[in-house]
Amino acid sequence: MTDNFYGEVLTDHNLHPLHKHELPTATCCHEGVNSTCGDDIVLNLEIKDGIIVNGSYTGSGCAISQASADIMLELVIGRTPDEAQHYKELFFKMIGGDITEEELEELEEAGALQNVAKMPARVKCAMLGWRTLETLLSGEGGG
Amino acid sequence: MANTFTKADFSVFDAYKELTYLDNSATQQKPRAVLERVEKYYREENANPLRGLYELSVKATDAYENAREAVRKFINARSIKEIVFTRNASESLNLVAYSYGRANISAGDEVLVAISEHHSDLLPWQILCKEKGAELKFLECDESGSYTADALKAALTPKTKLFCIAQISNVFGRLNPIKEFAAICHKNGTLIVCDGAQSVPHIATDVQSLGVDFLTFSGHKMLAPMGIGVLYGREAILDRMPPFLYGGEMIDTVTRCGATFAELPHKFEAGTVNAGGAAGLHAAIDYINELGFAELERREDELTALAFNEMKKIPHVNIIGADDPRDHHGILTFTVDGVHPHDIAAIFDAENIAIRAGHHCAQPLHQFLRVPSTARMSLAFYNDEEDIRRFISVLKTLRRKMGYDR
Repeated sequence: MTDNFYGEVLTDHNLHPLHKHELPTATCCHEGVNSTCGDDIVLNLEIKDGIIVNGSYTGSGCAISQASADIMLELVIGRTPDEAQHYKELFFKMIGGDITEEELEELEEAGALQNVAKMPARVKCAMLGWRTLETLLSGEGGG
Repeated sequence: MANTFTKADFSVFDAYKELTYLDNSATQQKPRAVLERVEKYYREENANPLRGLYELSVKATDAYENAREAVRKFINARSIKEIVFTRNASESLNLVAYSYGRANISAGDEVLVAISEHHSDLLPWQILCKEKGAELKFLECDESGSYTADALKAALTPKTKLFCIAQISNVFGRLNPIKEFAAICHKNGTLIVCDGAQSVPHIATDVQSLGVDFLTFSGHKMLAPMGIGVLYGREAILDRMPPFLYGGEMIDTVTRCGATFAELPHKFEAGTVNAGGAAGLHAAIDYINELGFAELERREDELTALAFNEMKKIPHVNIIGADDPRDHHGILTFTVDGVHPHDIAAIFDAENIAIRAGHHCAQPLHQFLRVPSTARMSLAFYNDEEDIRRFISVLKTLRRKMGYDR
């Protein structure tokens, strides 16, 4: 890990999240937990006519888990569940250290988490939001 | 500097020159004398101990049994029959729960556990109580981690069979008044199980003076290899307990329909034992004895006070537990406002400083204190002022690194 791992993108999303709030209009939600760290988030999505029109998360955890969930929502809101799954695949590829330059660009700010691949202890934190999204979408279909 | 000669004894600091190791409560580094002793055992003395009738096996047996005598002396037990080798403190506590617990705890009985206990001194009792229909009760401390004799007296009932408490909590670092508590328990007909995992490596231990019925500790937290631990139990109690694990070398005779079991302490040591680990523990005890607890404690108290006082000066840093460094015994658990403990540990790691973050295997305590998790620095006598200085300088930058006050 490098000293500047907690760059501005991460700390900004952690301290000033765009999507950390309740979502009364949510059509589905799912809780994701990293039991070893105590990271705990609830992901809420509002899916209408096959589009994720809104999303939010609540909960607590380390900066990586929180910022990663916030950045993820920034990417997937306005997309279809299939597109969201595609981003998830790209994110997992990035964490696996196996991503092309073009794919990395597609991930936009989520690319700020690329170095997590070098921090095995923190991989689970970065993946929490995405794993929760994966479970939510596979369970709820496009509902 | 007074203790540079001891830090030089630890190979890990040669291999990893930048390392500031402040996770000693999790496990300690091993001095060369311990590593060499283990290697010598396997080079020159290895055979299956306690079994063979040939010279090498006798050597292996000697290495193992001499270690037992060293442990006996180290904690001032009456007899080597009271020293059972296990893998670690967790196994020692499980042994008591499975063997003593299953034979002596019945429906309606109570087991009292201190709220600050490590999961390994909680889960065996929780499972036992569920299995037996007994009640698990908790003794609560105050915010500084202090337990009072009055609270203990109030919590004990005629049904309380066991009271389980660490001598030093792995979160607070506070030394509990075990001697006083043991006397209170015995007046009530209650046995006291004392987890010494965090105390035996740091203060001189005398089980007879403490008056405890059981004391458990791990070798690896006191310079010795992983995989060797100790259960001390009063002979009269151990003698009446059924075996824990069944297998080789814990029997007298075995027939098709039954068996009689070996004498103490072998009754509790089924299977081939960890003689190499025991020899390493013996070397660790020799090392500590040579240094002396007076010097060891003086050194650790000095470093604890230095770290404590510097931490107190940093805004947004909150130390868990007592407001007096003398009540911390090298364990400084803390939070930093607005920074998650895992991020704290990651930032320290980036500077090659090893600390612990999480719930330190004490989730009920964290729930009780209403903090989800904490960070912990824990030191040993081989740390020095430079380690503390580096720790403090990173601690000061934490919030800025996480985007505060930019």
